Amino acid sequence: MAMPGGGSMLGGAVREVFGLFVDDAALALAIVVWLLVAGVALPHLGLPAALPPVALFVGLATILAVSAVRRGRASGRR
Amino acid sequence: MEGVNWAHAGAAVLAAFLASLVECLEALTVVLAVGAVRGWRGALGGAGLALLALLALVLLFGPGLARIPITWVQLGVGCLLLLFGMRWLRKAILRSAGVIPLRDEAAAYEREAARLRGDPASAGAWDGVALATAFKITMIEGIEVVFIVIAVGSAGRMLVPAGLGAAAALGVVLLLGLLLHRPISAIPENLLKFGVGVLLAAFGTFWVGEGFGLRWPGADWSLPGLVVGYLLVAIGAVLASRVDAVPAGARG
Repeated sequence: MAMPGGGSMLGGAVREVFGLFVDDAALALAIVVWLLVAGVALPHLGLPAALPPVALFVGLATILAVSAVRRGRASGRR
Repeated sequence: MEGVNWAHAGAAVLAAFLASLVECLEALTVVLAVGAVRGWRGALGGAGLALLALLALVLLFGPGLARIPITWVQLGVGCLLLLFGMRWLRKAILRSAGVIPLRDEAAAYEREAARLRGDPASAGAWDGVALATAFKITMIEGIEVVFIVIAVGSAGRMLVPAGLGAAAALGVVLLLGLLLHRPISAIPENLLKFGVGVLLAAFGTFWVGEGFGLRWPGADWSLPGLVVGYLLVAIGAVLASRVDAVPAGARG
């Protein structure tokens, strides 16, 4: 049962909440994929204990830097 | 019994305070525009109703978090913090580099006031447009504040320090709003967002690592290290993506 305008209000609220976490879809997807890969692989690679957390950070920082620089360069070309 | 972990408590208070300051400033701009154009009854009524709704949300969902295993909280909250914090940080990098325009509170105020003047006047005692506009902006920005407080506070059992940080920010903005009665554009909002993005990304990375069962070098003291790491990467990204400045005043 739908109230008049209720669907669009709920849809708007869902979009607002979704927008809190996802602005650039490629950035969000890259973060999620890296977390899945890191979560599955890093604890089981047998690396020295200090390396997996550093690898987790380096992967995320690289994703951030590449995303921002690509967007900046794309803007500069326009 | 564990003592206070200052590496976490200090960072949690700072992250919650700065993030809440940014969100409260954005909400204040719109509430001030509503009050000036449509009247203070609707503006304050809408904002007050939203604050009550937010309080109800916290009371409804907050206690449940304590019953979820800590590993799941760390993983869930960490992933959401990373998505949220990296989004903020990327936007702040692009604004600092001049790729997208800076947010201008004075321009946002004028835009909102012009929109409100265009809506028909209310016939009843309560102005529905004023009530709905103030409610919506307070709710949207308030949900972000609640999320940040829960996210930086829950995984490390730091909800009280994080809540105090957010409450202090709300107090500062309310005081400034009462004293000035105009949007606060003197605060370097993008610099705040840059700092908050760095802190949230660092918290998110730390919690996800803990959730995966990884052992951070230096344990909890690796959190300041992550903050410095993200700061350096973000500054490097600003320098690498810098373009000619975009004029301030556009949306966002």
